[in-house]
Amino acid sequence: MKILVCITHVPDTTSKISFSGDALNKDGLQFIIGPYDDYALARAIELKEQHGGTVTVLNVGTAETDQIIRKALAIGADDAVRIDAEPTGSFFVAKQIAEYAKDKGFDLILMGRESIDFNGGLVHGMVGELLGLPVVTPVMRMDVDGGKAKMEKEIDGGKQQVEAELPLVAGCQEPIAEWKIPSMRGIMSARSKPLEVIPPVGVDTKVAFSAFEEPAPRKGCTFVDAGNEKELVDLLRNEAKVI
Amino acid sequence: MAVIAFLEIEGGELKKSSQEVAAYASALAKQVGEEGVGVVAEDVSSVPSFGLSKVVKVSSCTDAKACAEALAKIAEEQSASLVVLPHSTFAESVSAILSIKLEASAVTNVIGFPETAGSFVVKKGIYSGKAFTKVTLNGAKKVLTLKKNSFGVGEAGADLTVEANGATGSADSRITVTGEEKAQGDILLPEADLVVSAGRGLKGPENWGMVEDLAKVLGAATACSKPVSDADWRPHHEHVGQTGVKISPNLYIAIGISGSIQHLAGVSSSKTIVVINTDPEAPFFKAADYGIIGDAFEVVPRLVEALK
Repeated sequence: MKILVCITHVPDTTSKISFSGDALNKDGLQFIIGPYDDYALARAIELKEQHGGTVTVLNVGTAETDQIIRKALAIGADDAVRIDAEPTGSFFVAKQIAEYAKDKGFDLILMGRESIDFNGGLVHGMVGELLGLPVVTPVMRMDVDGGKAKMEKEIDGGKQQVEAELPLVAGCQEPIAEWKIPSMRGIMSARSKPLEVIPPVGVDTKVAFSAFEEPAPRKGCTFVDAGNEKELVDLLRNEAKVI
Repeated sequence: MAVIAFLEIEGGELKKSSQEVAAYASALAKQVGEEGVGVVAEDVSSVPSFGLSKVVKVSSCTDAKACAEALAKIAEEQSASLVVLPHSTFAESVSAILSIKLEASAVTNVIGFPETAGSFVVKKGIYSGKAFTKVTLNGAKKVLTLKKNSFGVGEAGADLTVEANGATGSADSRITVTGEEKAQGDILLPEADLVVSAGRGLKGPENWGMVEDLAKVLGAATACSKPVSDADWRPHHEHVGQTGVKISPNLYIAIGISGSIQHLAGVSSSKTIVVINTDPEAPFFKAADYGIIGDAFEVVPRLVEALK
């Protein structure tokens, strides 16, 4: 089975986000594989262990993302490709992935349900539509049996079990697998695994990001004494007017 | 020319998030001198207009692909340059496919009304609620999903009879649904105006009775922190935070949740936040509007009584 896992390069979830002008302030930020992509990668490696095959990791990014690509190789991916471009929007990224994957015969194209930087949540759907493949998202369980994947996905207010023919595209989230930590052997072998860098295809990005801002601070917390819950109810009714 | 609003129905009524989408699409249509057209996929005979000129029903819209196909046909038929959808799990999937079909600019989870003088610019949350950005949509056609509670619903207006429309889409025959479990009778978390949430401070799933009591007396949905859903104390779909559901209710009550940066990311756009915690140093108090320092096992039952 050939599996492609698309990963994003994002600040660690504990990061405080700030901007210098119109650019993210990267000082002191630790970059990681997108948490949802990390789940997809972990499941891809488990599926490879069960069924044989290969896991290829793909990232659309500049050379700064090599560090997380090497981590994905250390976790157990066989090879990697970086499409050498700043990821400037969902459609741009989807088009790069689709162009790369269209003639490679992947059985599964997995990625996180969304990136945790721009929170678009569009790329899997766009890739599926561009390649004419079925798309299932957000997937919480996935098993492969013959030419089919059996999955559980989240729906609004519950979950749904679906079966789909391979090849397919899936957006993943927990609890599809537990995150994997690279072993020392994995880290050593990752250095010699192939990482191909290819140029992007020209794409009309259709969107432009500008004017970043941090959220306004809250006005501060009004404390109510324990035992005086009636006062809280009164404040919620008459001051905040939310109940 | 028209602005299309994709509307979701739950229990025969427009979901709150879809009422907002209807109001948003009609306000936008009015501003650019076009018609606001609602599209529903479920069987419903009439819906409040929220300013829309008409509402049409498409048939066989059973999955995201079918819905996107039907919407693309209607957008073509109405020469629509803009399609607005609610930001639900389903509509997000529809928006991705639709944007490829229409060759449109797509932005999800948009907050508030766009700037339309010159370029079409919207605001959206990024870094999972830790920041905001403005996005210019350069395409001639545009697809947006609207973040809940970011625009308001305004006047419901008179009921509109839903017109049948021939537009259909075909579901993806390669995908078969084999089962479905939906929380019955509960208020859906992403749709809820009031949310009561609890964390590890509750010590175990057997103690959730008081959380449910508080939710019931308020008419609120229940939620939880990541450690709680990881430990299977509560179902995964209740997990709010950076890697869970992101919510923006009018009121969020956090009980026994310390308020990690990841948790705050999922709830920071709540209008009012109440924190109940034994630890006066809990970081959540810094992000709260109201706080009670105290033992949840005593405070919550008293709060339930005070609300009755």
